[in-house]
Amino acid sequence: MSDKGHPAPHKDYTGAKLGMWLFLYTEVLLFGGLFVLYAVYLHRYPQEFTTAAGQLNMYLGAANTVVLLTGSLLVALAVSAIRLGNSRLAQQLLWGGAVSGVLFLVNKYIEWSTEISHGIYPGSPVLAQRDQGESVFFGLYYLTLGLHGLHVLIGTIILATVAVMSAKGTINQNEFVVLENSGLYWHLVDLVWIFIFPLYYLLL
Amino acid sequence: MSAPPHAIVSYRTFIIIWVLLLLLTGVTVAVSRVHLGALNIWAALGIASLKSALVIFFFMHLKYERPIFKICLLTALVTLALFIGLTFFDVLYR
Repeated sequence: MSDKGHPAPHKDYTGAKLGMWLFLYTEVLLFGGLFVLYAVYLHRYPQEFTTAAGQLNMYLGAANTVVLLTGSLLVALAVSAIRLGNSRLAQQLLWGGAVSGVLFLVNKYIEWSTEISHGIYPGSPVLAQRDQGESVFFGLYYLTLGLHGLHVLIGTIILATVAVMSAKGTINQNEFVVLENSGLYWHLVDLVWIFIFPLYYLLL
Repeated sequence: MSAPPHAIVSYRTFIIIWVLLLLLTGVTVAVSRVHLGALNIWAALGIASLKSALVIFFFMHLKYERPIFKICLLTALVTLALFIGLTFFDVLYR
């Protein structure tokens, strides 16, 4: 691969991707810890959790599920597009993915501002008067979904960055591992939401 | 230098997976509105796991990766299962 005196820069496609997967596993364990807390408290306060979950907006939660699944589709398609040499389509798909992230955050803003205006936030006087289980539910809700929302924000910035890199040609038909790894991060955000949605919004 | 090992996944495959994911989301919502007692939570987790598998194997290309990637996933999931299992062993029999 290397010319005399001009060694090709070392590249390890599999290594780059394996590294990303290993990072994602630490993320899985991070969110896993929060889901364990959820499970233990659900076991302790089943009634209070149901009452509290009933106050969340199921429709906004479902809308955000569709938004994230569609965003994931667009990014998955972008990887195939770049490999087929269609950089223009890949850029459009990546911007679409970034827009899905923004839409998700707008929905989240509407949802949280409504809840906070009703006095539902950690340590609020309204929650202090209710059962302790409800307080615990909303504490976990803000922590887990807040951490997830932060991941959506980071993912959106990453997608915009790789869209620009594709436009500049830094990411192309032969060099696309950065795009693949960014996509993996975005899909992880989707994966976490797949569990958050039924556990927080659909609890009966 | 290692070449990209896996094939290019067709647009069509991804769109089929996306439709399946949306259908399963509908199923999750529908099932959650029926009172099944403790079964509700297991149904929710079961469908979520199925959706995760679709995302991991297709959107994340794991189906097309080398065995080492799959072994790593298994290790992470077993670690998580042990974590959850041992926590409940403590919480339930305290």
